[in-house]
Amino acid sequence: MPKNIVAFVEQRNGEVRRSSWEALGLGRKLATEMKLGLAAVVVGHNLAPIGAQAAEHGADTVLLADSPDLAAYSSDGYGRAVAQAAAKADAAAVLVVASAMGRDLAGSLAGALSTSCAMDCTGVAFEGGRLVVRRPVYAGKAIATWGVVSTPAVISIRPNAFEAAKPQAGRTAPSEALALDVSKAGLRSVVKEVVAGVGKKIELTEASTIVGGGRGMKGAGDWKPENWKLVEDLAEVLGGAVGASRAIVDAGWRPHEEQVGQTGKTVAPNLYIACGISGAIQHLAGMRTSKYIVAINKDAEAPIFKVANYGIVGDVFEVLPALTNEFRRVLGK
Amino acid sequence: MKIVVCVKRVPDTTTALRIGADGKSIDESGVQWVMNPYDEYALEEALRAKEKAGSGEVILLALGPAETQAILRNGMAMGADRSILLKTDAKNWDPWSIASALAEQIKPLGADLVLFGKQAVDGDFGQVGSIVAGILGLPVASVVVKLEINGKDVVATREIEGGLEHVAMSLPAVASLQKLPYEPRFASLKGIMAAKKKPIEEKAAPAPSPKLEIVKIENPPQRPAGRIVGKGTEAVPELVRLLRDEAKVL
Repeated sequence: MPKNIVAFVEQRNGEVRRSSWEALGLGRKLATEMKLGLAAVVVGHNLAPIGAQAAEHGADTVLLADSPDLAAYSSDGYGRAVAQAAAKADAAAVLVVASAMGRDLAGSLAGALSTSCAMDCTGVAFEGGRLVVRRPVYAGKAIATWGVVSTPAVISIRPNAFEAAKPQAGRTAPSEALALDVSKAGLRSVVKEVVAGVGKKIELTEASTIVGGGRGMKGAGDWKPENWKLVEDLAEVLGGAVGASRAIVDAGWRPHEEQVGQTGKTVAPNLYIACGISGAIQHLAGMRTSKYIVAINKDAEAPIFKVANYGIVGDVFEVLPALTNEFRRVLGK
Repeated sequence: MKIVVCVKRVPDTTTALRIGADGKSIDESGVQWVMNPYDEYALEEALRAKEKAGSGEVILLALGPAETQAILRNGMAMGADRSILLKTDAKNWDPWSIASALAEQIKPLGADLVLFGKQAVDGDFGQVGSIVAGILGLPVASVVVKLEINGKDVVATREIEGGLEHVAMSLPAVASLQKLPYEPRFASLKGIMAAKKKPIEEKAAPAPSPKLEIVKIENPPQRPAGRIVGKGTEAVPELVRLLRDEAKVL
């Protein structure tokens, strides 16, 4: 019989990815329902402070794969470490956040454990003696429910879809070191360099507020890069991230990493403000699970208004600056 | 340079989706089938790598029904040299089952590089490449936006939150590709003619041994009817009030 739910706590350079606490939050819920313990696993180097944070966020035990050879992420090194943690903790399930690292890790972990990962889940429940997951398929055009028929289950969860564990200051948990047979020379793939402001920009898939811009941001005449500042200013006052529709990415006005939709990113923030976005099927597929959607578009017939909770019919070049100012006033910024 | 590109037949992303009568699959009537868009980028990358190396072979590998031949033919018209089709009419394929069937075929081919799309746009699982790498004991990088090959060394550039990371591997290696800065090539008339003579080796796929079982598939929940707050800048204070007091998202 399995003894634990295992939650992977993702860190880079000693900084924990915030949505890892959502994995611990879900882990606690499942552990209670299944009458199991909750173990956190952290992989990297100099991990003691992170182990302490995991205990404060509800872990009953903390497993640390701490080695200079694991300081940088590698899919097989981290995959093997988490597979070993799953074996040691006698895991019923391993929970990972579907971040860039988490998705890569989940695939390698599935390989190491000879199973499939239920990727990018928006719902996980213990029903009829087994784990059942819900996850969007066809980029959110449909929702599929799957039963997990192997142990341990490998489950990656979509950021913002589950409640984060709340920290209890001073809570502690026993911590154990994982003895790993990974040496750098034995690793098959190694991250040798990370470039561009990692951690400085808010990641789209994790942002709680997203301001998305579409073709309407072009206005009359040619595309002017400064138009985009209206979108960025609004995002900044809300502490949010910036997204783009496929139309303006294909036109080369914004980079693909900002694209929201079926061939871009799928997002589920608390608030999505669509600016000059008409609402093509493939865009809606990528953002329709947002909690609140606001649409600003001069065309009252635009399909985006059908999914929006609140809409303003108007010119984005007038409404956005007014909206940014009003938020600034109300939020005292 | 021998490169295997694993491709999947999927519904075109512009097709409207209807749930099938069994509640566990999609209604396939009227669906337009295409090569998974991300697999097309993988194929484009493979063709470029072969061209750069000056010689080699690009092999397409697919698992699916007999109709999968159409996308293989198209891939060979783009420039792939030959194809292997693992034929199956089973519907209960999950990532582990697909990966184990593909890995068994890939192993004896002795490929330098095995490429995948970062995910198929039907199941959106995004892991078959990583599992295949695990089974074969090969290095892997997923969601790759750039692949640089120098002799036996490969540097794969991956998209991560707010930046990029460079992953160093040596051949043979596996990678799954994100959309690239360049578009996949179109098949030329000459390519289409040549593809007719290129071989598709058909084999029976093994029976799947799924670790995930589909329970049901349904339409996403309808969003509650929204409202137009007003027109132009006049509506701004009311919108902000609603977001703060009603939605409580500020």
